Amino acid sequence: MSMDQALQTYIEESHGLLEEMEAILLRLENEPQDDETVNAMFRAAHTIKGSAGLFGLDAIVAFTHVVENVLEEVRDGALSVDGELVELLLECRDHIGLLIAVVAESGGALDAAQTAAGEALAGRLRARRGGAPAHAAGVPAIHESPVAASGGGPVEGDCWHLSIAFGHEVLKNGMDPISFIRYLSTIGDIVSLAIDDSELPGLEEMDPEACYLSYSIEFRSEADKQTIEDVFEFVREDCRLRIFPPPSHLAAFVERLEHASGNTDMLGQLLIEAGILTGHELETALRAQDSMAAGDTGTRPPIGEVLVRDGLVQKEVVDVALEKQRQIRDHKAQEARFVRVSAEKLDELINLVGELVIAGAGASLLARRSGDAALHEANSAVANLVEEIRDGALKLRMVEIGETFNRFQRVVRDMSRELGKDIGLEIGGADTELDKTVVEKIGDPLMHLVRNAMDHGIEAVEARVAAGKPAKGTLRLNAYHDSGSIVIEVADDGGGLKKEKILRKAIERGIVGPGQNLSDSEICNLVFEAGFSTAEQVSNLSGRGVGMDVVKRNIQALRGSVDIESAEGRGTTVRIRLPLTLAIIDGFLVGVGKSSFVVPLDMVLECIELSEADRQIAAARSYVNLRGEVLPFVRLRDEFEIKAPPGKRENIVVVQYGGQKAGFVVDELLGEFQTVIKPLGSVFRHLKSISGSTILGTGEVALILDVPALLQLGVARDAQRLVRET
Amino acid sequence: MEATLRIGARHDNGLCKLRIEGELTIYNALQIRDGLLEHLASSQDVEVDLGGVSEMDTAGFQLLLAAKREGARLGKTVRYVSHSPAALEVIDLYNMAAQFGDPLLISARQ
Repeated sequence: MSMDQALQTYIEESHGLLEEMEAILLRLENEPQDDETVNAMFRAAHTIKGSAGLFGLDAIVAFTHVVENVLEEVRDGALSVDGELVELLLECRDHIGLLIAVVAESGGALDAAQTAAGEALAGRLRARRGGAPAHAAGVPAIHESPVAASGGGPVEGDCWHLSIAFGHEVLKNGMDPISFIRYLSTIGDIVSLAIDDSELPGLEEMDPEACYLSYSIEFRSEADKQTIEDVFEFVREDCRLRIFPPPSHLAAFVERLEHASGNTDMLGQLLIEAGILTGHELETALRAQDSMAAGDTGTRPPIGEVLVRDGLVQKEVVDVALEKQRQIRDHKAQEARFVRVSAEKLDELINLVGELVIAGAGASLLARRSGDAALHEANSAVANLVEEIRDGALKLRMVEIGETFNRFQRVVRDMSRELGKDIGLEIGGADTELDKTVVEKIGDPLMHLVRNAMDHGIEAVEARVAAGKPAKGTLRLNAYHDSGSIVIEVADDGGGLKKEKILRKAIERGIVGPGQNLSDSEICNLVFEAGFSTAEQVSNLSGRGVGMDVVKRNIQALRGSVDIESAEGRGTTVRIRLPLTLAIIDGFLVGVGKSSFVVPLDMVLECIELSEADRQIAAARSYVNLRGEVLPFVRLRDEFEIKAPPGKRENIVVVQYGGQKAGFVVDELLGEFQTVIKPLGSVFRHLKSISGSTILGTGEVALILDVPALLQLGVARDAQRLVRET
Repeated sequence: MEATLRIGARHDNGLCKLRIEGELTIYNALQIRDGLLEHLASSQDVEVDLGGVSEMDTAGFQLLLAAKREGARLGKTVRYVSHSPAALEVIDLYNMAAQFGDPLLISARQ
């Protein structure tokens, strides 16, 4: 991996971590006592700092260091969490984000104002730190030597402590402890040696050829633990050896652990890699663990506990190792769960699948025509697989909307403070999936709707209390799947839309005529008209007159629709309906004359034959009686001005969209058809009622109907006619 | 390696003066132990001359330690004198000069 790529990975990782930090902070505000939460936060800051160090991004290291210090104190309980601290940390998180954007991504430096803001934040952080000595003004030194405190001359405390109990057979085996001790003195200084002869029996009882002595040695050496252990290699099986590292090594061990490669997530292996434990020690400890598991209690103590109990490793070191182990596991789990794939490759795949679908349709058609049953059967097997591949490929692009929703936690929190309102955010249907491109494009409209709801929807606390509502307002983001679309709701329990005022204003602006009779829902939806803002007060957050109409346009550009529902005094719900994906649809192919059209299948309810009687009546008006229901319809022949004379029979395709039912009158029903949407060229941009085109297996082009637009067109025409008739 | 050993003993007014000549090692450990035991049983105090020790190992060292403790247990004195360089080196290495509590020559190594 080149440095550039590595840096890119770092930036991506940091964004993830920052998001995590934000989520943690918001959680922390509610549960300040949660240790896990604080720990996770600390780790996130620590990782950002550590990796920034690798890339020499000193500005990031310096600032994050201060943050980390504070978090450390929080973690250790020296500092308690309150709203103020969370606020401060959120600001710090934003500053880190800025640093990463400026320093890491574009390689620049902060301007004077940004630097000053950073220093002010650092200053406030330091002020929060309880008993810690205040650093000099400015950003503290980046590198702190972890072992500085243990400096000074060599002292007893700097020594390895060896405890060796030789087995009785050592001497008989021709090995003399003296030679090991002499050898030991070649790799370091034996500061002191004490013999424990408590095992030595009386002169008469003893076996003069057996060894009864134990030694404890203070040993000063630069050698690592493995080297020291190797001295005793030849008697390893014949003695009990314990090697205790000098206290000053503790810090070094901790550091080495933190920089462990992450190749292993086994605690023992980690300790060995960091040179804290030797392979032999681990084996012994594992055996001890096994025998304990087989013993009375039957429980297997964690290996870390065994190591500490046997004094092989200090508890502090084991704690660090456990922490590291968890990090590695987390990392591995993430790696296992996700594979990073560039969006480009995915798009390419989807495109190819699209071509495959078209080619498959062509093959099916030929197979059907050939009348060869075996070929037909083989072909339908292929078609099934193609369908599965298509679904699978599309699913690759599906992401959960929860992440997008969660970003609003911060928005709601910050804005409610700014507005002086008390607003909570509720999220529902966070696991609802939709296409990544749709998710990316829905962010802005959603943001606008959320701000609008908070600013204009939810009333001030006093007004709420006066209206007998809970003081705390609720904003609810919800998502669910509904007949091939995803529905996203932004709901508030605020004052609702004031319909009279909207109507008055609409008449004022000439959007509706004074005599027009509008339903409640039509009045509500007037707010999506261009240049419409009823806010009496223009705040700096929303209500500047650009807005709802832009929201509507953005959503329509995604082949979606937006709808508003409001009950005065009780709240407003804005419902966005979007297609699940922009690339491929299941269609229903119909024919009118020689032309073919595709209706998105998930909008098709049923198909009925237009009977001769109905045809007579239908010639005069554009609705039929569908089992006692009035079903308005659109004649595609008229709509698209197809010259060919109508066939002997006509059919109605009944479609439903957003609670509205309507029929399309067509000649032929050609059946279900999987299709790839080819966007129309910009020449046809203004064409309503067509959302795209597709290529049939025969090579002919079929137009994909834009059902919502057609319905609207029909409704508008009916309204006009009604106006004319009245 | 030739295991040569001679233990010379002189009794003088309840004091037994022993001289170990040769290797004070595992090869002779049994023999030395028996010798020490024998003389310790028959005398009040034992003085062991280590001047003739040509070589000493942990087994030998362990014997000296055990004999000393045995003496203390019986209320007798076991003393080591005139340590040879070979003996001194081991006692020195084991840091036991003080415990042996005997007049000890400063070792040549230091």
